Amino acid sequence: MNMVVCCKQVIDPEAPPASFRVDAAKKTVTLPPSISPVIDPYAEYAVEAALRIKDAQGGKITAISLGTGLLPDVVKKPLSMGADELILLEDEAFGTGDSWTTAYALAMAIKRLGDCDLIFCGRQASDWDAGQVGLGIAEILGLPSVTLARKVEVADGKARVERVTDDGYEVISLSLPAVITVSNELGEPRYPTIKGIMAAKKKEPTVWKPADIRVEPAQLGEAGRRAELVKLFQPVREGSCEIVDGETPEEAAASLALKLREAKIL
Amino acid sequence: MSEYSGVMIFGEAKEGKLAAVTTELLGCGRRLAGDLGQELHCLLVGGDVGSLAQEAIAFGADKVYVVSDPLLEAYQADAYVLAAEKVARQVMPQILLVGQTSIGRDLAPRLAFRLGTALTTDCVELALDPTSKLLLKTKPVYGGNAQAVFTSEACPQMATVRAKAMSPLERDDSRQGEVITVEAGLEPSSIRAELVERVAEEVEGVRLEDAEVVICGGRGIGGAEGFRQLEELAGILKGAVGASRPPCDNGWVPSGYQVGLTGKIIAPDFYLAIGISGASQHMTGCSGAKTVVAINKDPEANIFREASYGVVGDWKKILPALTAKIKELMAD
Repeated sequence: MNMVVCCKQVIDPEAPPASFRVDAAKKTVTLPPSISPVIDPYAEYAVEAALRIKDAQGGKITAISLGTGLLPDVVKKPLSMGADELILLEDEAFGTGDSWTTAYALAMAIKRLGDCDLIFCGRQASDWDAGQVGLGIAEILGLPSVTLARKVEVADGKARVERVTDDGYEVISLSLPAVITVSNELGEPRYPTIKGIMAAKKKEPTVWKPADIRVEPAQLGEAGRRAELVKLFQPVREGSCEIVDGETPEEAAASLALKLREAKIL
Repeated sequence: MSEYSGVMIFGEAKEGKLAAVTTELLGCGRRLAGDLGQELHCLLVGGDVGSLAQEAIAFGADKVYVVSDPLLEAYQADAYVLAAEKVARQVMPQILLVGQTSIGRDLAPRLAFRLGTALTTDCVELALDPTSKLLLKTKPVYGGNAQAVFTSEACPQMATVRAKAMSPLERDDSRQGEVITVEAGLEPSSIRAELVERVAEEVEGVRLEDAEVVICGGRGIGGAEGFRQLEELAGILKGAVGASRPPCDNGWVPSGYQVGLTGKIIAPDFYLAIGISGASQHMTGCSGAKTVVAINKDPEANIFREASYGVVGDWKKILPALTAKIKELMAD
């Protein structure tokens, strides 16, 4: 079983909301330099889904990260969790793209890898929250796909996937190779072990440039993208919270109830 | 762009009627079509969806395209995307809108890649640029910590739209419209990802999306048992219980309880957040709530920046007293 997991490096989505800053001129969102980037948490669920299959029946997991300014300690996390190889698509040309250019470059990298049974992505990346790249890869490679997986099992050349819906889940069966995007309902991704971290440190990632995956500059970045980001801003918060006190928690609760009644909220 | 014309809504059915999000999209589409001086189309795809066409017209559609086929009875991505692609290529709308639902999230990106166009997902606002007439698509990004406005010159200009972000028109059964039937032309072999089973996890009482009162618990609740106490208060107020992501991921409550970016979008009158830190990821799911009240032991928790009223302390002590007092007040 050869598996690929697409893992994006993002600014830490768990950082306190007040620390997010928007540079309206550059149209970027930043965090203070003290807060390190992370592997996208949704992608960690995708890594976990692949690892569970590897645990059950063996196989090889290749993580791919695309972007600029990739930090070794960050992008090696899938290796420390148990992935076998790491490919970095790192080049200035991969920046300033959109879902199209990203899906295209990843699809071409997967094509170059060859012989791949399952491709996992997170349900969306926690920076742009688009949820398009996984399906884009499937469309470009002409593969069947399922989104929002909460459980993935493989038997007899088929994947059986539980997909989260608005009111429960559905079971979908599809032949391999296939693309699966994974949702957080899968359950907590495992922590890297010390052994895993040591092994990841020694492992050298493979770096591919656009020419290595036969992608033309016209298909990347500004030239290749179809969506234009025209504005980035932070909505204004009103923020006037009345803290209700009391001698004891019970008293505070009772006066909260009275206040809500007075304000006709109850 | 000139050969593309009209605004098309991808319609969804729920319990034999148009889904609420579809009526909201028709309301928004009507406004955009009016501004462009073009027609509003509604696309209905399903096993037998012709009966919904008049409802789509009553909510604002000029033309309804109906694709009925046994292979479209339940949502299966491969079949639905083929049907939607066929109609989109035939009609060539300038704008194509889909609900940000479990179907829409899955269908719209596939369709955009097939049509070679750009899609913006989870939009909360749509408007036309006064000069270029391009669709300005506003969506929360970075887990709701910022908002972005996207445009695209590729047609159709596609967006998925969040539930409750738009307002439907008043239903008017005297409105006139045209119904056009399109053959799906599907083969069973075109379905590569096959639906085996659908499991609805029934929730007792009021549905979370429809509830006027929502009692929501977070990581601070600590386990499944704690949610019983939330259910008690929800019962008294005829509301529903919800949760932020951690309780769902930990299996304390079913995933259908989740409120937030990756869960349900709600807009109750009264929203009580208990043991919820107030991450933007969660708050973006309840930003439509009229009054937010928070109970949290951390006075610095972000939830207090979003709430109108708050109590700082241990919910295990506060909630029983609050429930008792509310019970008493309600009895009066």
